Amino acid sequence: MNFDEMWGGDDRIRRPYQKFHDWFDTEEPARLRAKQREAEELFRLTGITFNVYGRAEAEERLIPFDIVPRIISDREWNRLTKGIEQRVRAINAFLHDVYHRQEIIKAGRIPKDMISRNAAFEPKMIGVTPPGGVYTHIVGVDLVRTGPDDFYVLEDNVRTPSGVSYMLENRETMLQMFPELFARNKVKGVQGYPTDLRRSLADCAPSGAAGSPVVAVLTPGIYNSAYYEHAFLADQMGVELVEGHDLRVMGGRVAMRTTQGYKPIDVLYRRVDDEFLDPLNFNPDSQLGVPGIMDVYRAGGITIANAPGTGIADDKAIYSYMPEIVEFYTGERPILQNVQTWRCSDPDSLAYVLDNLADLVVKEVHGSGGYGMLIGPTATKRDLAAFRRKLQARPGHYIAQPTLSLSTVPIFSKQGLTPRHVDLRPFVLVSPNRITVTPGGLTRVALQKGSLVVNSSQGGGTKDTWVLED
Amino acid sequence: MLGKTANGLFWMYRYLERAENTARLIETGQRIALTRLDAGDSEWRPVLQSAGSLDQFGLRHDELHKDAAIDWLLRDRTNPSSVLSSIEAARQNARLVRTALTHEVWEATNSAYMQARDILARKVGERDLPSVLGTLRQRTSLVRGMTHGTMLRNEIYNFARMGTFLERADNTARILDVKYYVLLPSAKAVGTSLDNVQWETILRSVSARGGFRMEYGAAAGPREIASFLILDRRMPRSLAFCVRKIREQLAHLAPGHRKPGKAQGKVAHLEHAYLTYDIDAVFDYGLHEFVQKMLDLLSDLSAQIEADFRFYE
Repeated sequence: MNFDEMWGGDDRIRRPYQKFHDWFDTEEPARLRAKQREAEELFRLTGITFNVYGRAEAEERLIPFDIVPRIISDREWNRLTKGIEQRVRAINAFLHDVYHRQEIIKAGRIPKDMISRNAAFEPKMIGVTPPGGVYTHIVGVDLVRTGPDDFYVLEDNVRTPSGVSYMLENRETMLQMFPELFARNKVKGVQGYPTDLRRSLADCAPSGAAGSPVVAVLTPGIYNSAYYEHAFLADQMGVELVEGHDLRVMGGRVAMRTTQGYKPIDVLYRRVDDEFLDPLNFNPDSQLGVPGIMDVYRAGGITIANAPGTGIADDKAIYSYMPEIVEFYTGERPILQNVQTWRCSDPDSLAYVLDNLADLVVKEVHGSGGYGMLIGPTATKRDLAAFRRKLQARPGHYIAQPTLSLSTVPIFSKQGLTPRHVDLRPFVLVSPNRITVTPGGLTRVALQKGSLVVNSSQGGGTKDTWVLED
Repeated sequence: MLGKTANGLFWMYRYLERAENTARLIETGQRIALTRLDAGDSEWRPVLQSAGSLDQFGLRHDELHKDAAIDWLLRDRTNPSSVLSSIEAARQNARLVRTALTHEVWEATNSAYMQARDILARKVGERDLPSVLGTLRQRTSLVRGMTHGTMLRNEIYNFARMGTFLERADNTARILDVKYYVLLPSAKAVGTSLDNVQWETILRSVSARGGFRMEYGAAAGPREIASFLILDRRMPRSLAFCVRKIREQLAHLAPGHRKPGKAQGKVAHLEHAYLTYDIDAVFDYGLHEFVQKMLDLLSDLSAQIEADFRFYE
């Protein structure tokens, strides 16, 4: 039996949900259904859509929104925040170490091959220290919960995490539709995020930047699945949204083409993957990047957020070493738990995984977005057989984890409140001076009964996430 | 502002204006077809010409039928100037420049697109045509209203307005190009009834019937119509009005830019050399030649704006 965040284990409403539940009991289901439709209309009008890869007909789709909030108490949140800060500090120290002295390898805590032969290791970053020493300016940690006090980190997402626009728009929508709920519950605000983001990015500008640093958001363009979010963030921060062809390298700087000529940029919040960032240094076929930007970066002429090469820290094989990484760099025990992980590159682990395939979740080491994964307990015999062959052919490409009994939060459905599995992605900003975790985040919910897959690309929905003041 | 953003704004508003103009041309064509029993389908040829897509239509259709012409102008995605294509292109550009638009303008644009996509999903029957066209024009007008009501008067606005007026001037010039012969001075003092219908068509296709009547009364003829559409500075779709607006927008942009661009010189020349005389001078020059010249100069001006403000690399 899994843990439900509203009903607890014993069908008594848990405290954070009490006021919401009282309110819900007095509401007409018909009115709420109308509100649910109204919410969808609002999203459609605002244009909060995402593009699904590989589906031509549905070029822009809406992520379903559920009106029941996911509510977290102040106490729970404080503990999460401490755990997240600890982890993010460790990750930044790890990245610096990996690209400099590699003490962690010398200390024998991580095998050398795990780093040097890892596709996510970026040799062009060796010896490079980013401005302010920050590698992961923006992090979206994926957490799951299995009990009142049991939170696990599922993924660290330190490349270019997305979803923060949903955190903000979901709240905006709830405020518009149910103002009375916010009068009854003291919900911590998330609306400061764009301002915090801009300040945090500006604080990471190269030391040579004069006056107020020029920040810009780099997007792959309007056909990217997260384009809405790129435009949204640029708009909310009041900075330019640029594409590769708006930029060029001039006089040791990266500059954008304006109606009045080229203007240098200090901080580039890029939503373009490493591989496409610079056709001269990485993938030569990339049309999305800026030729030569890596050379400017290495010379300290621009801040790239997040830094190239951070992927080595959220690689799923490295993930399994996170407890060691946290201890090694912070000298503390990890506050947040890691999910037990079998690296299939190891023969003993592979044997175990093959024997227990029907009970495990198997993921690609470099995959994301719920693509190319196997969920043993719900897979058909054919799926299992197919995955077994894949594992045997390329074991190093996969890791396996136990199937966690994810917590549930009710959604509002035709049958009233019905529990569905959720995860949580809080958003973290890192600057040389501070780490900020916005109180809230993105709660993704699997809309199908019993399903554990919350990814929007696989039919998941979202909820507003509340952190209550005490 | 990014050159790309200026480009996106310019085209977003060109396409919005185009959607509206094409809708108006359909309305006019339909109106003539209804009021002239002898017209058959022939009146749709000049309508397609004015919309600048007769040749492309010919590539896809052997004959010119009313239904096919309306469908082509209204919702054919292979016609880049159809109302649906234009609204889609406007919205695509709006997405591109989302950060430059107010929330209100973006939502109005997005909802115009969503509604157009819905009501133009299937062929529109004759009975529904007036209300569909009405809805479409209301939707695009809402974008314009939100633009006026919520956008800062800064360079974003300047590029939006230049797109609007270049497209509008181009549209008025193309209508004149197709129908110029109707306006040529004739030996007869009073036009035939056929002429009357033709004149009315021209005025309708630039929404100028009311304004013209107010200004000149019922008795006026082709000379006044030509003057109204070309030189009148109060008529919001006349060439003189549109060109003056473009000149003003360029002047607003000038202080932020180091040297006056070539576009400023070109628009000043265009206005001074062609739009400051009276209508007799235009007829002396040759109405058709004049309109052709205008089309060339407008297209040259558009290209110059693109170059001056670094729309492209």
